[in-house]
Amino acid sequence: MKRWINKQKNIIDFTISSLLRRKGKNTALFFVYTVIVFLLSSVMFYTHALKKEAKIILQSTPDIVVQRTMAGRHDLIPVRYAEEIRKIRGVNAATPRLWGYYYDPQSRANFTLMVSESHPLPSGDIIIGSGISRTLKVFQGDMMTFRTFKGDLLTLQVADILSSKSELVSSDLILLSEEDFRYLTGMAKEQATDVVVRVRNPKEFKTVAVKIVNLLPDTRPILKDEILRTYDSIFDWRSGMVVLVIFISVLAFIIFSWDKASGLSADERMEIGILKAIGWETSDVINMKFWEGTAISLTSFLSGVVLAYVHIFFTSAPLFVQVLKGWSILYPSFKLTPFINPYQIATLFFLTVVPYTVATIIPSWRAATVDPDSIMRS
Amino acid sequence: MIILTDIRKTFNIGELNEFTAIDGVVLTIEAGKLTVLKGPSGSGKTTLLGIIGCMLRPTSGRIELCIKAPWASDEEGSTSFESTSLPERFLAEIRRNTFGFIFQQFNLIRGITALENVMLPAYPAGEGHTVLRGKALALLDRFNILSKALTKVEYLSGGEAQRVTIARALMNNPAVIIADEPTAHLDTMLSHELMGIISELKEQGKTVVIASHDPIVYGCPAVDRVVTIRDGKVETV
Repeated sequence: MKRWINKQKNIIDFTISSLLRRKGKNTALFFVYTVIVFLLSSVMFYTHALKKEAKIILQSTPDIVVQRTMAGRHDLIPVRYAEEIRKIRGVNAATPRLWGYYYDPQSRANFTLMVSESHPLPSGDIIIGSGISRTLKVFQGDMMTFRTFKGDLLTLQVADILSSKSELVSSDLILLSEEDFRYLTGMAKEQATDVVVRVRNPKEFKTVAVKIVNLLPDTRPILKDEILRTYDSIFDWRSGMVVLVIFISVLAFIIFSWDKASGLSADERMEIGILKAIGWETSDVINMKFWEGTAISLTSFLSGVVLAYVHIFFTSAPLFVQVLKGWSILYPSFKLTPFINPYQIATLFFLTVVPYTVATIIPSWRAATVDPDSIMRS
Repeated sequence: MIILTDIRKTFNIGELNEFTAIDGVVLTIEAGKLTVLKGPSGSGKTTLLGIIGCMLRPTSGRIELCIKAPWASDEEGSTSFESTSLPERFLAEIRRNTFGFIFQQFNLIRGITALENVMLPAYPAGEGHTVLRGKALALLDRFNILSKALTKVEYLSGGEAQRVTIARALMNNPAVIIADEPTAHLDTMLSHELMGIISELKEQGKTVVIASHDPIVYGCPAVDRVVTIRDGKVETV
C-alpha cells in the first residue's frame, strides 16, 4: 500500500512539473474550460432558482380567485359577493382581497400594495419589501410619502422590512392597513380587488367554479391549475432562452473536448515514448494523464462554479439581463435567492469533468499502447 | 547472458512498403562484457538494440535473458526467462529494472530539471521521493554534474546532457546498459570521456551493449567483442 501511495505521489509530482512547463497551453485550457463551466452552471443555477421562486409563489396560491369582469375587463368586486360565495356547498372560505399597484416616479417602478390578512397593521404603519428598502434606502422607523388618488400626500411609517425566502414575492411589496389602502387608492368600502376561495376537496374546484358563475354571472373564477399554467408558460419562455444558452455551451464544450481528444502534439508523443522506454508502464502514463486532466478540469470546474454563483446570486445575472427584463419592469431590483442543489452540481460535474478527463486519457492511451521504439522513431 | 535465436523483424507487414530490418539474427551477448554492434546506417543496429532492450517485439524468434526476472521472488531458483512472449506490463518492468538506456538524441524530457529527469525511471517503482532524490543526487555527483542538478535540461551542454542520460540509465541499478550511437552528438574529447565512463561501468560488472559505427567506440580497449551487422544480418563476430 505504501509503495502504491508513493508511486501516486511520484506521478503527481511529475504531473505538476508537466503542467508548469506547458504554462501557456494549460492557462489557455483553464480559461476556456472555466468560461464553459461558468456558462453552463450560470444557466443551471438561474433556471433552478427561477423554478424555486415559482414554487414558493405557487405554494401560497389560492384554490380559486374570483374576479369581476366589466365589458371583458377586470373590475372591482363587491364585498358582498364573498358572502354569496361562502354559501356554496364545498366552499371552506371566501375572503375579499385588497391589492393594487402604486407607481413611484422617484424610482420609476411599480410597487405592489396589499392589505394582508396574516399581517394586520394599524393605520399609519406599513411593512415594505427588501427591494424597496434597498432601492429607496428606507429602513425601519423611516417615513414614506405616497400621493393619493386625489393628489394629496399620505405619509406612513415603515414598521418593518419583509424578510421572505423569495425576493420575487416580497421585493416590491408594501403591506398596509385597509383604511390606508382605501384612502390611498380611493377604493370604496363595499368593493375589493378580488375574492379568494378555499375549497375543501380539490376534485370539486371545477364544480365550485361553475356554481360561482351560475350564481354571479359577471364573475370569472380562475382556478389554481390555470394560474399554474400561466406561470409555466412564463418560465417555459425563459427556459427556452436558457436552453439555447445551454445548447451553445454544450456545443462549445464538445468542440473543445474533441479538439483535445483528436490527438497529442509531437512533443507529448515523444515524451510518452521516452517514459515508456525508461520503464513506465502504459497504466503509469494513463495515470499521469488522468492526474493532469483532473487537475485542470477540477480547478476550472470549481472556478467556473464559484464565478457562476457570484454572477447569478450576487450580481443579479448581468449576462442574462435580456431574459430577466420582464421582471425588472415590475421589480426595482431582482435578486434570486441563493440555492445550491448537490444533484445539480453532480450533474454539472459529470457533464464537464468526466468527458474532459476521458478526452485527455484516450489519445495518451492510444500513444502509450504502441511499442516505445516506434514512438521514438516517429 | 542474452541469447537471441533466429530473430526477425519485419515492418509494415502486408503493405507495399514492407521491409525486413532484422533477418534471422543468432547472437549471444555475454554477461559482464562490452559488446559493440557495428554497421553502416540502416543496417538494423538500432532495431536489434530495441529488440534486445524489450522496447520492440520481434516478428519471430526468441530472446532468452539469463538473469533473475524482476518479478521473481528470492526463493525462486530460476535465473533465466524468455522475453518475446511476455505481455507489455512485464516488458515495462524488465525495461525499468534490467536495462538502462543511453539514447543517441539523449531523449531527456525538456522543461524539467536534470535531477527530475534522473529520478523519472524510478517513479513507478514506488520508492519514497526523498530516497529517490538522494540516489539521483549521488549519481549526478558521480558524473560531476551535481552543480547542474536543478538546471533545466535544455540549458545543458551536449556533454552534460549525455552524463545526465547515463545517470538516468543507472537510476534503477540495471544489470545491462544499452546505448544507441552514444557518441553521435559528442566531440572527440567527450566521446573518449564517455567511453571512459562506460568502461568503468563494465568494470563494475555491468553488461554493456552499444550500437555504433564510431571508431572511438569499437576501437576502445574495454570492448570485448565487435559484432558487424549488415542488411539486418550478423556478418562477422
